Amino acid sequence: MISKDQVKHIAGLARLGLTDEEIEKYQKDISSVLDYVEKLEKVNVSGIEPTSHSVRVENATRKDEIKSFDGRLMDLAPDKKENYLKVKSILK
Amino acid sequence: MTLRDLTINQAHQGLLDKEFSAVELCRSYLENIKEKDKDIFAFLSVDKEQAIKQAEQVDETIKGGGRLPFLAGIPCAIKDNILVEGLKCTAASRMLENYIAPYQATVIKKLKKEKAVILGKTNLDEFAMGASGENSAFGPTKNPCDLTRVTGGSSSGSAAAVAADMAIFSLGSDTAGSIRYPASFCGVVGLKPTYGSVSRFGLISMASSLDQIGPLAKNINDCKIVFDAIRGKDEMDSTSVDIRRESKDFKIKDLKIGVPKEYFIKGVDKEVERIIKEAIGKYEAMGAKIIEVSLPHTEYAVATYYLIMPCEISANLARYDGIKYGYRNKEADNLMQVYLHSRGKGLGDEVRRRIILGTYALSSGYYDAYYLRAQKVRTLIRQDFEKAFKKADVLMTPVAPSPAFKIGEKIEDPLKMYLCDVFTGPVSLAGLPAVSLPVGKTDNLPVGLQIIGQPFEEDKILEISKLYGND
Repeated sequence: MISKDQVKHIAGLARLGLTDEEIEKYQKDISSVLDYVEKLEKVNVSGIEPTSHSVRVENATRKDEIKSFDGRLMDLAPDKKENYLKVKSILK
Repeated sequence: MTLRDLTINQAHQGLLDKEFSAVELCRSYLENIKEKDKDIFAFLSVDKEQAIKQAEQVDETIKGGGRLPFLAGIPCAIKDNILVEGLKCTAASRMLENYIAPYQATVIKKLKKEKAVILGKTNLDEFAMGASGENSAFGPTKNPCDLTRVTGGSSSGSAAAVAADMAIFSLGSDTAGSIRYPASFCGVVGLKPTYGSVSRFGLISMASSLDQIGPLAKNINDCKIVFDAIRGKDEMDSTSVDIRRESKDFKIKDLKIGVPKEYFIKGVDKEVERIIKEAIGKYEAMGAKIIEVSLPHTEYAVATYYLIMPCEISANLARYDGIKYGYRNKEADNLMQVYLHSRGKGLGDEVRRRIILGTYALSSGYYDAYYLRAQKVRTLIRQDFEKAFKKADVLMTPVAPSPAFKIGEKIEDPLKMYLCDVFTGPVSLAGLPAVSLPVGKTDNLPVGLQIIGQPFEEDKILEISKLYGND
């Protein structure tokens, strides 16, 4: 069973603000999934290579060229000033 | 004019023969949406004006006597995690509630080149995470066959739209069953292509080593037309490839159908099992040879998937920070709180659960035990299929262990919901193509047969599906 503090710590790493009730709920949910995936310990994986992608594509390269993009990305920003993204001040 | 129940071929022929115009066809489907979708909720947004404009252009082409591509004027629906430039793309999340796609997904570019008419964007489980369609932040899609039941997910709206004649075809995405599952529950045809067959550029990422875009349609022919239009290598997706294994001189009497014994186990609905076995029997009667095969690591597939997928999600969804685009919480008074509250409130329950699970599994000290081990088991699952395909040309299994379940039946128990992926997940982990073909009903609820092929043998599994005789 994963502890409440662990859930809190992990949620912090993932930058998820959770209420105490949510932490309690995820503690229960995550624990039951972790109990379930424990069954993988029974599989003998010695000498087995990991698979990251089913279709192996290696070193897909392209020329490093500048291409124009006219999508209006800055229009999507929740807060901006002139053509800059605006964030809360970091230095006090 | 009421136009319903049309296939792509029928609609195309109708346009060529001037039985109806593209605008009439488009209006007719918009009318269907207006009439039915208040009960079903397949669409998150409908763009009437743009749709009619697209249809008018097709009518111009017809008038001018120009060549008419197969998809020209065909009304279609797009899952709301695929970017259509200028339209909202919400992924059914509060996080992207007001996000307007700034560019075109490659599959949309291709559909537009064929002059298909996009009616709107369809509902889904938030960020495509779910097996029932209930995880949408805007409410569940209801199954057109029985409004008290789920459509299956995550491409819930895409399946329901086709099933209820609110689009002739649709696009969905499939990570571990998200096209096949709703296709099975709603009684339409769905194709999950081989990983790499279709460009993912412009698909909102969930688990990048598994996500694939594919078609949902009324029949196999339509499915093939749409797949042919969207497939192929794309310079914007480095994992896309241009491989196609043509199905030449295929004869049913030479076909060896493998039936994995691990897919007919306790827990599978008796009626589903009977319908699937009958369907396989139909192929046997046509002359195919049926052989039992074994995929011994099947029972580990869900566990493998529920480690690999959340790990990839936790990395992919880090981009939603409340800074560049999407929801930003206004009450936060420092930068850390902007992150915490924007993500905490903007992302839904299931999404947060998977991010926590993935972050935990990737965190220091756990990586080897969880993520790396799961990747190794993934290799074994892939090898199971490779061995089975030495004996059989294709595999046939149920898509889902049950027909569509009741809304609310599994939503309180995440693990129960995860087990829905038991027959579709392993196929995705191996990157294989698979069709969901409607082959029967139990209590008026559709049941889908899963036909699994070797990598890039979409043509073959589609041809075999066609032999079933639904078209």
